[in-house]
Amino acid sequence: MKPLDSKKDYQKYVEQKSPNSPIFKNCFNAFWVGGLICTIGQIIMNICKSKGFSVEISGTIVSIILIGISAFLTSLNIFNKIGKFAGAGSLIPITGFANSIVSPSMEYKSEGYIMGVGGKMFTVAGPVLVFGISTSIIIGLIYMIFNTQSITLV
Amino acid sequence: MQKLGKQTIKFDTPPTITEVASIVGPKEANGPLAKYFDQCLEDEFWGEKTWEKSESKIIKETVNLAISKSGIPNNDIEYCFAGDLLNQCISSSFGLRGLNIPFLGIFGACSTFVEGLSLGAIIIEACAKHVLCAASSHFCSAEKQFRFPLELGNQRPPTSQWTVTGAGAAVLSKTGNGPFITHITSGKIIDMGIKDSNNMGAAMAPAALDTLLCHFNDTGRSPSYYDVILTGDLGHVGKEILTELALEKGYNIKSNYNDCGVLIFDKEKQDTHAGGSGCGCCATVFSGYFFKQFKERKIKRILLIATGALMNSTSSQQGESIPGIAHAVSIEL
Repeated sequence: MKPLDSKKDYQKYVEQKSPNSPIFKNCFNAFWVGGLICTIGQIIMNICKSKGFSVEISGTIVSIILIGISAFLTSLNIFNKIGKFAGAGSLIPITGFANSIVSPSMEYKSEGYIMGVGGKMFTVAGPVLVFGISTSIIIGLIYMIFNTQSITLV
Repeated sequence: MQKLGKQTIKFDTPPTITEVASIVGPKEANGPLAKYFDQCLEDEFWGEKTWEKSESKIIKETVNLAISKSGIPNNDIEYCFAGDLLNQCISSSFGLRGLNIPFLGIFGACSTFVEGLSLGAIIIEACAKHVLCAASSHFCSAEKQFRFPLELGNQRPPTSQWTVTGAGAAVLSKTGNGPFITHITSGKIIDMGIKDSNNMGAAMAPAALDTLLCHFNDTGRSPSYYDVILTGDLGHVGKEILTELALEKGYNIKSNYNDCGVLIFDKEKQDTHAGGSGCGCCATVFSGYFFKQFKERKIKRILLIATGALMNSTSSQQGESIPGIAHAVSIEL
C-alpha cells in the first residue's frame, strides 16, 4: 500500500502518523479533578444542611457557588488552564457549563452587548441546552406514561 | 520571463527582495527565533480594543517598517499585495487603508505570503519598479473565527497547530543586490480527503509534495541544489509526512528540509503541540530569520514552499474535507 494511491489509503496513513492524545493521563486527571469539584460541592452541601437549610435549598446554593466560582475563574483566564489540564473533569460538572456561557460572552463583547454578548452567549452551551431540555421532556413523558400514580404524589 | 514545464516561471531579470520586516506577538517572542524579529509585542492587544484591530495594527506597522528600512519613498512603491485569514481579509485591508498604494488583496490561506511574492515578482518583471508584499495572522482572532472562545476550558489534540501572531512584509525591487526571486512554482489545489481541522499539516502535506515534485520536474533541479527547502506551516506531523512521501517519490530531502511552523516555537516548552501555523508563520520566519541568513551570506539558495488549508468554519461543520495548496518561490543569491 502506498499512501497516495487513494484518499482512503492516505487517511489510514495519516492516522498512523498522527500522535494520539494521552488517554490514560487525560482520564486520570479528569477523574481526580472532577472528583475534587464534586467533593467541594458535597462539602458546601453539608455545611448548608448543618446550618438548617433543606436539601433542595442546599443543592441550589451548591450550584450557585460552583457556577459563581467557575465564572469568576473564567474571567481571570484561569479556568481555561484548569480545563486544558482536566478536560472532561472540569467540563462535565456545572463548572463547565458556566465556563461555556461566560467564555463566548467575553469573546464577543467586542461586537457590542446586544448582538455580541447577547447573541453569542449560547453559541457553545446552546446544543447542551437544546438536547438537555429535549431529553428531559422525553424522559418526563415516559415517566408520565408508565408511572401515573407517583406523578400525583410529586 | 519564461514558462518552464507546467507550473513554473523563470524570471529573465529576477526581482530583488530589497528589504523585509517582521513583528510578532508575545508567544513568538518566547520562542527560539525571538532575536531575529524586528519587534516583539508584550501583549496580544497592542493597545487596541479588539484582536482584529490589533492584527490590523501589526500588519500596518510591519509594512511601514519594511518601507522605512528599505529607504524607498512611499510614492515609488507601485503595488501592494497583502492578505490574512480573517473573513474578507479585513486585517490587511483595514490595516493598509491609509497606505495610499494600489492594493491587491489576496487569499491563499497560510500560503498568502508566497502567493504575494509570486504575484509581486511577476508584476515587477512586467512593469513595476517596487512592489510590497505582506501577510498577517493573529492567534486570538483566528481562534475566535475558526475554533472556540479563548477562555473555554477545552483540550487541544496533539496534532493541532498554534496560529502565529505576527506579520511579515517584503519590498521587492526591479534592481538590487539580492536575494533574488529566480523561479516561482504555483501549486494546484490538492484534496486527499482529510477532514480533521485539528490536523492541518496532514491535510496540506500532499499539496506541498505536488508543488515540490513539480518544481524539480520543471526546473530539472534536485533537492541538493538548495541549502534549505522550507515549508510554511506543515508542523511536526506534516513535516514527517512530507519527508516520507518525498522519499517514496525518489527525493531525499531529509538533510536540508525544515518547516517554519516547527522552527518558530519550542514544542516542549511552549506547549504548541504540532507547531505554528497561519499566514504570519512563514512570513515572519522568512522575514525574520532566513532573510538575515541571506544577508550574512550563510545561505545562498532557498526553496520556500508556503502551504495553505483552504477551508473555513462552515465547510468544516458541513463535513467537507480540507483542500490544500502550496506555492513555491526559489530565492537565490
